[in-house]
Amino acid sequence: MIELTINGTVQQLDVDPDIPLLWAIRDVVGLTGTKYGCGIAQCGACTVHLDGQSVRACVTPVSAVAGKSITTIEGLDTIVGTTVQETWEKLDVVQCGYCQSGQIMSAVALLSKNPQPSDEDINAAMAGNICRCHTYVRIRAAVKEASQALHPGRSQS
Amino acid sequence: MSRDDTMLPGRRRFLVATVTAGAGLTLGMCLGGCSREDKESAQAGPGKTGNRIISDAAFEPNAFVRITPDDRVTVIVKHLEMGQGTYTGIATLVAEELDAGWSQVDVEGAPADAARYNNLFWGKLQGTGGSTAIANSYEQMRKAGAAARAMLVAAAAKQWRVPPEEITVRDGVLRHAAKGIQASFGELAELAAQQPVPEDVFLKEPGEFRLIGTRVARKDSRAKVDGTAVFTQDMKLPGMLTALVAHPPRFGARVRSFDAVAARAVAGVHDVVEIPSGVAVLGKDFWSASKGRDALQVDWDESAAFMSGSDELMAQYQALADKPGKVARSEGDVSAALGSAAKTLRTSIAFPYLAHAALEPMNCVMQRSEGGVEIWNGEQYQTPDQNAVAKVFGIGPEKVKINMLYAGGSFGRRANPASDYVLETAHIVKAIGGKAPVKLVWTREDDMRAGYYRPMYYHRLEAGLDADGNPVAWQHRIVGQSIIADTAFEGALVKDGVDVTSVEGAANMPYAIPNIHVDLHSPQVPVPVQWWRSVGSTHTAFAVETFIDRLAAAAGRDPLALRRALLQDHPRHLGVMELAAENAGWGTPMAAGRGRGIAVHESFNTYVAQVAEVTVHDNKRFTVDRVVIAVDCGVAVNPDVIRAQMEGGMGFGLSAALSSALTLDAGRVVQSNFHDYLVVRLDQMPRVEVHIVKSAQPPTGVGEPATPVIAPAVANALSNATGQHFDHLPLTLSA
Ligand code: FES
Ligand code: FES
Repeated sequence: MIELTINGTVQQLDVDPDIPLLWAIRDVVGLTGTKYGCGIAQCGACTVHLDGQSVRACVTPVSAVAGKSITTIEGLDTIVGTTVQETWEKLDVVQCGYCQSGQIMSAVALLSKNPQPSDEDINAAMAGNICRCHTYVRIRAAVKEASQALHPGRSQS
Repeated sequence: MSRDDTMLPGRRRFLVATVTAGAGLTLGMCLGGCSREDKESAQAGPGKTGNRIISDAAFEPNAFVRITPDDRVTVIVKHLEMGQGTYTGIATLVAEELDAGWSQVDVEGAPADAARYNNLFWGKLQGTGGSTAIANSYEQMRKAGAAARAMLVAAAAKQWRVPPEEITVRDGVLRHAAKGIQASFGELAELAAQQPVPEDVFLKEPGEFRLIGTRVARKDSRAKVDGTAVFTQDMKLPGMLTALVAHPPRFGARVRSFDAVAARAVAGVHDVVEIPSGVAVLGKDFWSASKGRDALQVDWDESAAFMSGSDELMAQYQALADKPGKVARSEGDVSAALGSAAKTLRTSIAFPYLAHAALEPMNCVMQRSEGGVEIWNGEQYQTPDQNAVAKVFGIGPEKVKINMLYAGGSFGRRANPASDYVLETAHIVKAIGGKAPVKLVWTREDDMRAGYYRPMYYHRLEAGLDADGNPVAWQHRIVGQSIIADTAFEGALVKDGVDVTSVEGAANMPYAIPNIHVDLHSPQVPVPVQWWRSVGSTHTAFAVETFIDRLAAAAGRDPLALRRALLQDHPRHLGVMELAAENAGWGTPMAAGRGRGIAVHESFNTYVAQVAEVTVHDNKRFTVDRVVIAVDCGVAVNPDVIRAQMEGGMGFGLSAALSSALTLDAGRVVQSNFHDYLVVRLDQMPRVEVHIVKSAQPPTGVGEPATPVIAPAVANALSNATGQHFDHLPLTLSA
């Protein structure tokens, strides 16, 4: 049994200790917003927050996060989280949508620690998230707009 | 407010009856008392934006619209939503003529039923592709909305005892101004269902559109930002097993024998079965099936396998290009014109295989149902898939029920003429005797290595200029596998030995040159190939558009000016080219080390021009900084969706221009995942501007046409900056 907290709920999981967190979340806990795209930390579709930091769930064994607190797209309830989601919706960033949970999780992690990221900061934080629909123009715009919405009045660096 | 309703003189009258033959408005079929079956079949899979119980008072005037007493309007969309915005676009067409409020509209994916939901451009076939979704549905969906509206108006007229002409409709509400009465769609739904189905309907003139041509919010945004959108990967059925398949390491290899002892010993593994395409390991979840597959020992018979590599193939293609191919176009006398030209130029270009690499790898969920089979899939090709699966089980195609879910991208891949991964799932279900629902999951590595690629191509071009620098001869030879050979489309799309999809964009290249010859070799190679976003144009646009720039340079002419001179009979090419050039500031000076390039191309009856700006940083490194796009796709149904498809479609082509290549070495696919199959990431994405030509022409597709234009635009910009020319993709600068 491995105990972890997912979106604020303590879960006891009867799983193989090497099972990647991604598959524990999807197949065992049953939360499917977190996606599989590559399995080798190359695409970012599986991005979740581990104690507030973004991590690739596909390469994180569940045993390594025992006792820790995980947030998935379904549990984004901070002001930064909901603002990013609303901005994504406002700009109609999504196309197929498959990458977008991961994109949003990366954007929320970025804006939570760096409220006014520069273009370089955005590149650095988001380049690990592939979008095969190439929605990058709007992802970039939405990160900036969410930053503005969270900190009105302050100018973009 | 208001335009009058059914009788505006400007409105064109459309016979409903003309679209009822086997398709379109199956009016009257489901009025008032729908049978249970009708309701179930009208109800789609989870790829929907609303999720409600259909009450008995629901009004379903045809196969595409349902209105319920709670004032919700559900549009049943026959095309796959794979990112291209079709759920939004089709719903816009219905809502426009229905005069529904946008926020009351929900969308559901249609079930597989070609009698009602066929693609009108594809005869009796239901499916999505070729950028046809809006184009084939434009009139059909508007008629569906207009018919529903007419029945609502008739219901109100009856209830209020007024002539229908005096009733106006706006945002889901019917009104009679003089009497001061109004009612919502929902309030009238039940009575509307009892009205006679109109024999003909009136459609709005473009000047009356309220939704078409404006920005409306995408219908799938919310579910895709909160993680609730259901993709095939997310399906879970009671007792479902997850299947991973050990595929042969080389194309054409087969299972000789296998040892499943270790695989079966893995906790959670339920079964190991041989199927035609390999050996499937079924587990209680992905992880157990994956560990089981790792433990599986398969002895492959490679006696009939393809053992060659990309380099050897390319050498064969080059040798083939020395010989004339099957003629795709021939005008004038190219040999004579080349012989007498003042100046001749030659080039050759090599294109690699490309994977679609949709972010959701291929997958499919299937279970035996009573007397049939039920499928959950990001379903792009209903009719061929139904037929293929029916054959495996020896049942009628109508017994194959398909739930169309959201697809996490496709780029053509999920419409596979061989139904490959769907059929693989069927064989697994059959091999386990249908005892459990099965979810086939391809890993990224399976998706990259198990086939179906944009073919590798080799192009050779030769052209002649007269003494004044005017192009007088153009010879273009293409070598590459046919994606159509051995498919059901061979009869229709291979003409006199020429696969029209291999030469589209080359055989019909628009430049006015008096002597033109285009021919094709289609070597047979056992590497599985398939259409890839924008199909033939993925390679032909690059060849034509970069070679035109070469001719301009050789003639000392501006590339835009030369194109302008040679496109006088092609106003829509000219229109997008001028619009892009103007907005890009064509002709303004660039700093040293920077370059600007243009390309223009028509595909799927949509015209796109792009101007790219590049910066060359050092000998081998460059960035694409800015891309200005102009598009003419007829009536712009959803301008923001069009913009999104221009941005994304261009980006998809940019990945191929800058970095993607799939190579074979001794029969094995070299690349396996995104660390070696490289695609554009956010930091490489240029700034993008999109300009849409105003047009009253019927709408044409936007999913594909931006893709082929960027590689030549970038190559031309790099040539402008460095003087180098490019004989292969992806683009690399030489030292
Ligand atoms: S699935 Fe984890 S990074 Fe791709
Ligand atoms: S929206 Fe399709 S992969 Fe990003």
